[in-house]
Amino acid sequence: MSKKLQWRGLFILIVVAVALIYLTPSLSKTLPSWWPNILPEEKIHLGLDLKGGIHLVLEVQTQRAVESHLERMIEDIKYSLRKAKIRYQALERIGSDRIGLTLIRAEDRKTVEEMVEKDFSDLSVEPGSFSNIDLNLELILSQNAQQHIKKMAVDQAVETITNRIDQFGVAEPDIRPQGMDRILVQLPGIKDPKRAIDIIGKTALLEFKLVDEDNSLEEALKGNIPSGDEILYQTKGEAGSKRKIPFLLKKRAVITGEYLTDARVQIDSRYNEPYVSLSFDSRGARLFGQITGANIKKRLAIVLDGVVNSAPVIQDKITGGRAQITGRFTMEESRDLAIVLRAGALPAPVKIIEERTVGPSLGKDSINKGLKSMIIGGIVVILFMFFYYKFAGLLADLALSLNILFIAAGLAFFGATLTLPGIAGIILIIGMAVDANVLIFERIREEIRLGKTPRAAVDSGYSKALVTILDANITTLIAALVLFQFGTGPVKGFAVTLSIGIIASLFTAIFITRVIFDYFIIERGMKKVSI
Amino acid sequence: MQFIKPDININFIGQRKIALFLSGALILLTILLLLFRGGPNYGVDFAGGVLIQVRFNHQVTPGEIREALRPIGMQDSIVQAFGEKGKSEYLIRVSKSNIELSGLSEEVKKSLNSMFGEANVEIRRVEMVGPKVGKDLREKALFAIFYALLFMVIYISGRFEYKWTMSIIMAASLAFGVYIISAIGMSIIWIIAAALLITIGLCWALRLEYALGAIVALFHDVIITMGAFALTNREITLSIVAALLTIVGYSLNDTIVVFDRIRENYRRQRNRDFAEVINHSINETLSRTLLTSATTLTVVAFLFILGGGVIHDFAFALLVGILVGTYSSIYIASPVLLIWSGQVSKGGGVRTNRRKKGS
Repeated sequence: MSKKLQWRGLFILIVVAVALIYLTPSLSKTLPSWWPNILPEEKIHLGLDLKGGIHLVLEVQTQRAVESHLERMIEDIKYSLRKAKIRYQALERIGSDRIGLTLIRAEDRKTVEEMVEKDFSDLSVEPGSFSNIDLNLELILSQNAQQHIKKMAVDQAVETITNRIDQFGVAEPDIRPQGMDRILVQLPGIKDPKRAIDIIGKTALLEFKLVDEDNSLEEALKGNIPSGDEILYQTKGEAGSKRKIPFLLKKRAVITGEYLTDARVQIDSRYNEPYVSLSFDSRGARLFGQITGANIKKRLAIVLDGVVNSAPVIQDKITGGRAQITGRFTMEESRDLAIVLRAGALPAPVKIIEERTVGPSLGKDSINKGLKSMIIGGIVVILFMFFYYKFAGLLADLALSLNILFIAAGLAFFGATLTLPGIAGIILIIGMAVDANVLIFERIREEIRLGKTPRAAVDSGYSKALVTILDANITTLIAALVLFQFGTGPVKGFAVTLSIGIIASLFTAIFITRVIFDYFIIERGMKKVSI
Repeated sequence: MQFIKPDININFIGQRKIALFLSGALILLTILLLLFRGGPNYGVDFAGGVLIQVRFNHQVTPGEIREALRPIGMQDSIVQAFGEKGKSEYLIRVSKSNIELSGLSEEVKKSLNSMFGEANVEIRRVEMVGPKVGKDLREKALFAIFYALLFMVIYISGRFEYKWTMSIIMAASLAFGVYIISAIGMSIIWIIAAALLITIGLCWALRLEYALGAIVALFHDVIITMGAFALTNREITLSIVAALLTIVGYSLNDTIVVFDRIRENYRRQRNRDFAEVINHSINETLSRTLLTSATTLTVVAFLFILGGGVIHDFAFALLVGILVGTYSSIYIASPVLLIWSGQVSKGGGVRTNRRKKGS
């Protein structure tokens, strides 16, 4: 056999062998133990539309993170003002990027400006927009600081959600930031989407707030809420007959969930109902002791995401740093609550702006139907090519089979995801991949009709068809690459199989069939081309 | 085996008037249909809203489903049968924009459960797209279509005409034109329509006649596929946009094969009438054109029939697109090339090689 042909044959064998190696982990259930050490073990991933699962896009309300940052700054400023003995009439957040400060003495203004510049470098002092210029100040949070807070909020939200999902137990979750303020969450194979969504979406901001028992709740409900107070509600009763019970609470939370070290589900032995027991760290425990000690016989409300969970009367000073959240929880609900509390609160609420859920049975259906149409379509094309082109048709069939092998191996190699449109892409490629061979074979037939020898006919058939094949495939490849760039999820899967298929088809349909043709014509001295 | 005899000589070019009339009529119908319907029928991906695919294990009518949704004020939802006949499977679509979308699917599930019993209802798929995301996805699709068009125009004008400078001028003007229009804040449809006009205008101004033929053919294919979608009340979703772009690729693929042959023959037979060369080339490639379409159509037809509901519309788009694409590469692209090059030689004879044929 000629050297050149030998090398080409060897090259094909190597490529096929590599493809088979890459494909093995996806096909066999158990790999030999030595396999992962030397060979790739990457499998073809199935997309959510085939495996079933949830795809969520969350929008972090980053503005709210900025607002709560300002609220915390107000507390710090209050402290500094008190220390500097500056008296003020009002200190509150205005809108979402500034704090309004109304002084009582105009001469304090200079001190405040110096203080802000020294201790609160993120803020800049501007004259307020209200009447008395000297007394009204606005402390504006810089754009940079706002951006930073927003970014931190997204990063922290990603971390918290990852934590929660880890504890919830999902295989191969994919959680990552997307764009400025979005988070993409993909959870394959989830059985109960509602629970997962609840766990992800809950802000889980736990606060302990004292009940204001010095002011009248009735008055407050009429609209005269004392400054520093707020009204929050507790919901009671079953769905359908829900009642809302109002509470007048001090706005400032005495303790928050950030001091939590653990949250566990326990069973109340008397009622056999689950509750969540909380443990605080030493700082939290000390705070808890101080607060309870100073407010015996008063009520302390446990507030979760702005809803009062309960408001027990403090019987005694609580020193152990333990508390519990009770309610008519199911076992599952309390387990999920414990998870979100353990993982910590989201820095800002999130909103689900896109949700795609595919049930496992639909995914299985899609795989079965997709594969079925692929196999039947493939068989019809293979038979057709054989009957139409005889021996040459068999070569095209071999090229086609290798093409599908290469697509599958390519998916494993790139760690790409196979989606339902991806299967459609393979099906489309089956139809289109034979095109290259059809172009070549038609040319060879033409050349044979012109009276050329088999060798010359094959030669010029391949070379004349080549340019056209390249041209024709490049246009489809352009479409596929653009789709890959702009598509999401399933569409991307389509672009991937289409691109790999097009490139593979150039190799299989042009290179491989040519080598076999050459072998039969040059080595075996084939006198007549069966085409 | 041979379906098409090698010496076949069908007078395709002679039938160009009928073909152009037919295509013109189909395109006009599509445009009228789209105008009448107030634009294409966007799916949840682009319009925003909620789509729920639900299967019952006993026969349920759409009326009953709407009744079940009455307590949550969704009795006006669109409920349509889905998937195989005989299976009680439905798509429920809510496109109200004034309600909170997240959590809606859970409410629907609860209502259906309480009406039909939890064991009888299986929620198989939920797609919720908020208005903001819908807008983003529309934008993304627009970009995809635009860039695909841009790159292909660069490729064909450069490749067919060997005028890469021209193709760059073309791409730059197209990008600029579309940028201006999108800055004014026009909707996708108008931007794409404008891109079409700019492209054709540029082909005319730069005398890229092969490119013009290919581009007219590909728009022809996409428009008629859109018309088929409008006619059968199918929705345009993200994956349909993917299918449309694939059709664009396929249509060009087909046209390129014919055009390559025309150029090859034209180089060898300068003295023959251009119309004859074109017709001869179409006939020479006819076997290949029909074979490739046949294999591709076969597999796509199996996908359409057996692939299941989720992929049904996608397969439909490919089916129509490939059918129309095959037709257009024979009956549209080449006649456009002929008509256009004929006009050039009549109106001043700019192209020197064309003049030679008379001498």
